Amino acid sequence: MEKCDDYSTFGDPSFYQKPIKEIQEKWKLVPAFLKIRGLVKQHIDSFNYFISVDIKKIVEANNKVVCDADPLFYIKYTNVQVGTPDVDEGFNISKSTTPHECRLRDMTYSAPITVDIEYTRGTQRVSKTGLLIGRMPIMLKSSNCVLNGKSEYELAKMNECPLDPGGYFVVKGQERVILIQEQLTKNRMIVEEGKYGIQCQVTSSTQEKKSRTNVFVKGNKYFMGHNTFADPIPISIVFKALNVINDQEICELIGISDVHKLIPTLEECHNLKIYTQESALMYLGSKLVAKRFVTSAYKIKTPADEARDLLATTVLAHVPVEEYNFRLKAIYVGLMVKKVIEAQTDSNLLDDRDYYGNKRLELAGSLISLMFEDVFKRFNWELKAIAEKTIPKIRATQFDVVKYMRSDLITSCLVFAISTGNWTIKRFRMERLGVTQVLSRLSYISALGMMTRVNSQFEKTRKVSGPRSLQPSQWGMLCPSDTPEGEACGLVKNLALMTHITTEVDEYPLIRLARNSGVQDINMVASFAIHSPSTYIVFLNGNILGITKNFKKLIDIFRMTRRKGYISGYVSIYPNHSHKSIYISSDNGRLCRPYIIVRNGIPLVTDKHIRELEKGIRGFEDFLQDGLIEFLDVNEENDSFIACYEHDVSVRTTHLEIEPFTLLGVCAGLVPYPHHNQSPRNTYQCAMGKQAMGTIGYNQKNRMDTLLYNLVYPQAPMVKTKTIELTNFDKLPAGQNATIAVMSYSGYDIEDALILNKASIDRGFGRCLVYKNSKCIMKRYTNQTYDRIQGPMVDVVTGKPMWKHSCLDNDGIIGPGELVQNRQVLINKSVPTVSTVHGTTNTSVEYKETPITYRNDEPSYIEKVLISTNEEDTTLLKILLRQTRKPEIGDKFSSRHGQKGVVGLIVEQEDMPFNEYGICPDIIMNPHGFPSRMTVGKLIELLAGKAGLVEGKFHYGTAFGGSKVKDVSEELVRNGFNYQGKDLFYSGITGEPLEMYIYSGPVYYQKLKHMVQDKIHGRGRGPRAVLTRQPTEGRSRDGGLRLGEMERDCLIGYGASMMLVERLMVSSDICDVDVCNKCGLLGYCGWCNSCKSSAQVSSITMPYACKLLLTELQSMNITARLTLTHYCE
Amino acid sequence: MTMESPLAEQKPRIVLQEYKLAQTAPIAKDHFTVKSFKKSFKIVIIRNEQNEMEFDMIGIHPFLVNAFRRLILSDVPTMSIEKVYISNNTSVIQDEVLAHRLGLVPLKADPRLFDYKEDASAESNENDSLEFELKIKCTYNKEANKKDSSRAEDMYKNNNVYSRHIKWLPVGNQKERFKESEVGPIDDNILLAKMRPGHELDLKLVAVKGCGRDHAKFSPVATVFYRLLPDVKLTRPVEGEAALRLQSCFSPGVIGIRHEKDGKRVAYVDNARYDTCSRNAFRHDDIKDAVVATKIPDHFVFTIESVGALRPDVIFTEAITILKNKCAALLEELESTG
Repeated sequence: MEKCDDYSTFGDPSFYQKPIKEIQEKWKLVPAFLKIRGLVKQHIDSFNYFISVDIKKIVEANNKVVCDADPLFYIKYTNVQVGTPDVDEGFNISKSTTPHECRLRDMTYSAPITVDIEYTRGTQRVSKTGLLIGRMPIMLKSSNCVLNGKSEYELAKMNECPLDPGGYFVVKGQERVILIQEQLTKNRMIVEEGKYGIQCQVTSSTQEKKSRTNVFVKGNKYFMGHNTFADPIPISIVFKALNVINDQEICELIGISDVHKLIPTLEECHNLKIYTQESALMYLGSKLVAKRFVTSAYKIKTPADEARDLLATTVLAHVPVEEYNFRLKAIYVGLMVKKVIEAQTDSNLLDDRDYYGNKRLELAGSLISLMFEDVFKRFNWELKAIAEKTIPKIRATQFDVVKYMRSDLITSCLVFAISTGNWTIKRFRMERLGVTQVLSRLSYISALGMMTRVNSQFEKTRKVSGPRSLQPSQWGMLCPSDTPEGEACGLVKNLALMTHITTEVDEYPLIRLARNSGVQDINMVASFAIHSPSTYIVFLNGNILGITKNFKKLIDIFRMTRRKGYISGYVSIYPNHSHKSIYISSDNGRLCRPYIIVRNGIPLVTDKHIRELEKGIRGFEDFLQDGLIEFLDVNEENDSFIACYEHDVSVRTTHLEIEPFTLLGVCAGLVPYPHHNQSPRNTYQCAMGKQAMGTIGYNQKNRMDTLLYNLVYPQAPMVKTKTIELTNFDKLPAGQNATIAVMSYSGYDIEDALILNKASIDRGFGRCLVYKNSKCIMKRYTNQTYDRIQGPMVDVVTGKPMWKHSCLDNDGIIGPGELVQNRQVLINKSVPTVSTVHGTTNTSVEYKETPITYRNDEPSYIEKVLISTNEEDTTLLKILLRQTRKPEIGDKFSSRHGQKGVVGLIVEQEDMPFNEYGICPDIIMNPHGFPSRMTVGKLIELLAGKAGLVEGKFHYGTAFGGSKVKDVSEELVRNGFNYQGKDLFYSGITGEPLEMYIYSGPVYYQKLKHMVQDKIHGRGRGPRAVLTRQPTEGRSRDGGLRLGEMERDCLIGYGASMMLVERLMVSSDICDVDVCNKCGLLGYCGWCNSCKSSAQVSSITMPYACKLLLTELQSMNITARLTLTHYCE
Repeated sequence: MTMESPLAEQKPRIVLQEYKLAQTAPIAKDHFTVKSFKKSFKIVIIRNEQNEMEFDMIGIHPFLVNAFRRLILSDVPTMSIEKVYISNNTSVIQDEVLAHRLGLVPLKADPRLFDYKEDASAESNENDSLEFELKIKCTYNKEANKKDSSRAEDMYKNNNVYSRHIKWLPVGNQKERFKESEVGPIDDNILLAKMRPGHELDLKLVAVKGCGRDHAKFSPVATVFYRLLPDVKLTRPVEGEAALRLQSCFSPGVIGIRHEKDGKRVAYVDNARYDTCSRNAFRHDDIKDAVVATKIPDHFVFTIESVGALRPDVIFTEAITILKNKCAALLEELESTG
């Protein structure tokens, strides 16, 4: 391997390993990567693949509709196309639309799906092109989107933010993301501990079928389980049914050295006297699960035939069976048995379910394609049903199927799925909830973070740690920090910065390449040769392709052709020596990421390349094309020797990491110096970064969201990271650089509370805007009536509008710029009282007032009013309301290190401490926040920020890099500051210098969305629930403050029983009840209705809930009788 | 140059130790008498510029100095825009935010010539408020020679609204009382809003007299602060490379280097006044014992950074007046109750 050019240096240790020179500015590859890929490219790629390739495949697979009633009748789809988004303007005129128009007008951003068809009308053959069959919601920034490839200026013209990542849908005016779904890989053998012992499981998935096949050991016998068979089937019978009659050949196919292990299984055949394929199939036929629906008469088959069909199509559905040649399937089953047997003795051979090589990520494209195929099939089935119903009828006009092709089935089905997130696919009995979510627009980062979110299919309630814990194979693919706390912890993950998710690559060229590289076709190989010690089995996407003797050559050829660009860069090949297998993968949903290739201990990317990149001569794609960088998926990563830094490169190294900070995701990338923090702190910040107020996008003033938070004066952080620049967080920031002093002050700073400087607040620190909207639609009814808006009601005496209507314009809609108070009217709408009666065009319609009122204790300004129409052409009114809020006591702030706190006190500037430069802190933070949290990153951020201020530059706090404390300290010293960042402060109250030096400087603070104003609540008397007469619940209903079980327990323990009575009854639902002492039933007004007497009725007080219980019991025919005694007796 | 230990000095000092401040001797808690105060107190004006003033107050308690600082920050009044009547605002900036920005614009107007407004909702008059207007409209720039430019400044007119666009509207006799140049924003180039063609502002602004306690915009100063006069003493001679190192540990001008005849470079204390007390000498183990940085506890270097409405010396005398009034009010209160 090693070659030495100069023999004189041989043996000289100093020449052993020349340190590899660091590639300068290597990180510039990351922006180059993100420039072509973008942060949400995986969504867009996947959707593009669906629109351009997959949809055609689906239509082709279901391209013919025939009908039983007329053998001549058929419809054949010859082509399918998805156009560009447009909107119907009525009278069949449509115009191109923009996403923003759809957002504002509550429409769906969708494009027509048109097909070319060929069909019969009577006996004529007709062909039609461009027939609309439905509308497809279009992902923003995908190839069919109007935003695709537009310049910043053009985007601005369309009211779109140039920094918006796209990758989501606009459905009924709502932005919805299809979350990335994580699931176990399909069509691969997974060996694991099962119900009875070791089992080998395969979930087969093809376009038509999905099924799960199990091979397991029970006792000393081997069985196959499948849900079409009622009982486990002994493996030997399966083999016989698969036309492997010979016991010897069965053993050869299983291919283990110790044949004795199979004897009990083989014996089973002899016990049951099954010696032929026929008898094996008969046996299988007898074990079939009884079908619920018996299909039409002509389809009756013998159980044996049915079993044969099942074996061919359903059991291990992904293994192709042509003309009932079961050879390949038999080999596959043999391999499964072999794996079970081997894993019985060697537990190292068990597969790890949580290993990311065994995971596939399902993206928008594949999910929509599932949905589309399902609904397309239904569409065809409906056409068929209509044809069958209509053709036999004798009609004046000929049956023209085109008239029955209605586009709303496909449209409404897709829109419903995306707008609700309910993914129901009847074919596969799949029912998933919450596949889509509303794009969170709290801040730019929260939207971006949502696009990279990965949702696991695993149930949240199960208490297994495996799927939740950090997997080593997750390195570089999924962010180790960004996961929520609580029930979804570890199940919801986020992609790392450079992760790419593959789309499907055509298998055919790969098969040819493999054959040419010395892979023998599996069908040509004798059974005994398959498992011979010198051969490796070659798999392609889970199917056995063949065997090879020289696996190294095969791998080398594949990697070489891939680097040369002859096959797709996303094809992966890797050996598994314990399986003696080579796996080639070209399927979709694999996680992969780029690496610099290292050959003979030298990275192929040199400074020269980087210089070319800087000049713009070279792009990331050129690096791929020239074979300098390649994508590795998780499995191939495990067959590589990857160096993190140049100095780690040795002769055996195969790849070099581009930049270590890319192993973090978008949200964790905001944290400066995350490698100095305790890891949970970074996780907390990832959650809080999504709640920080700031900027949403350049188009935020044109949006009309239900809730939108903006900061009045957002700032880019003093301490940046590379990720911040890459994600454009510095252009759309969410926070402000506050000068903090770490010291205690006043006692109002305990438990992480912050002290704020009032002068800072006066000057605009932490000031935010809160936008809310209020909308209504003007309906038209079937009896020619419609909703109406009337002008303000005028007071007769003064001639001015009444107070409630004082903000309304003459048209009855509130005017922009007005200040509305609680309970004032925004839109003076009224609805006709009678709307269902048909026909009568009565002139005197009665109206009921249904005004849209403003409900909030704090007044709002009207930002703007939108009057438009929605898709159904009904008038739509939207009103945007605005509040400007100053920070107040109780508002929540947080630094970027998971250190949140509420404002505990707002202090006049004169009382604040000041230093020798006259600088007064904006925030005082208690030093007790540090020792237990160990957020050293925050300390360094402060220091670097301070040095940045005095030098007039931004410092970097990039993960695993960034400005060093030593250099930063040196900069401080150069400018006359203490090297530790501690300054002499004077007390603002006494005027004397403080005894200790105070650590002070700028730290980036985020204002979080939790504000007191939205939470403040209390009540004395107020509304009660109708049924129980107890106080209502919740702030929105002005509810009572609950005295819960635990509080009750305290009072019981203390013995304050009258207090309990007061809290639980008197202040809640006290009720006077008349009880008859004779019969014990409830009476009323001193009269017992069952005794028909008022002789022994006494009045007591009890909770109304108790009275309610008694009456409810009575209504169920259960009598509860009360026995009253005087309570002093 | 004497090499005496600073501890031997008679006057109490505050020593800047590595991790904390320490006092050499407790400050003599002698009773405050006007007589002794008058005798010992001294003010030395170091610098008195248009908006900035630095002077030393020697022989005074920190409480008093701090009282002046506090009074200047939040009790000396100025005029600021308090009410904004918005007739039209079609720009992108929100009404409240624009009003807030306008409020923070420092105004030229002598607050001593105005009264406090009794009631915030009362009608304003010539003696308690100033009125301004801001009427501006952004249009396309029609000048031919600038058509090709894509810079906003060339394409549009009035695309930036500055404080100079604020126009004073004299009320009542204000026209006679003040000159045009005496009233208005101090700085002409404060950016208030950005606009594009079609955007328009039509505002009436009312400025009133107020003090910093109500809102920071009424504060007459950008900041006002003081520091104790630093003093640096060398305890032993520092020579050669160490001397240069020592020099770099202090602010420029604090430590000088003298070239001795024998070619040796020796450090000496030149002028400790502008030392920033960065205590960086403690980084170097070999010289940290050679230098003692102290502060003189009754020598205050007082700095006033005026915003421009009043001259800094005027601000200070105003503060004294307020203190006087407060004392008088307190005495009156005490006498009336006692």
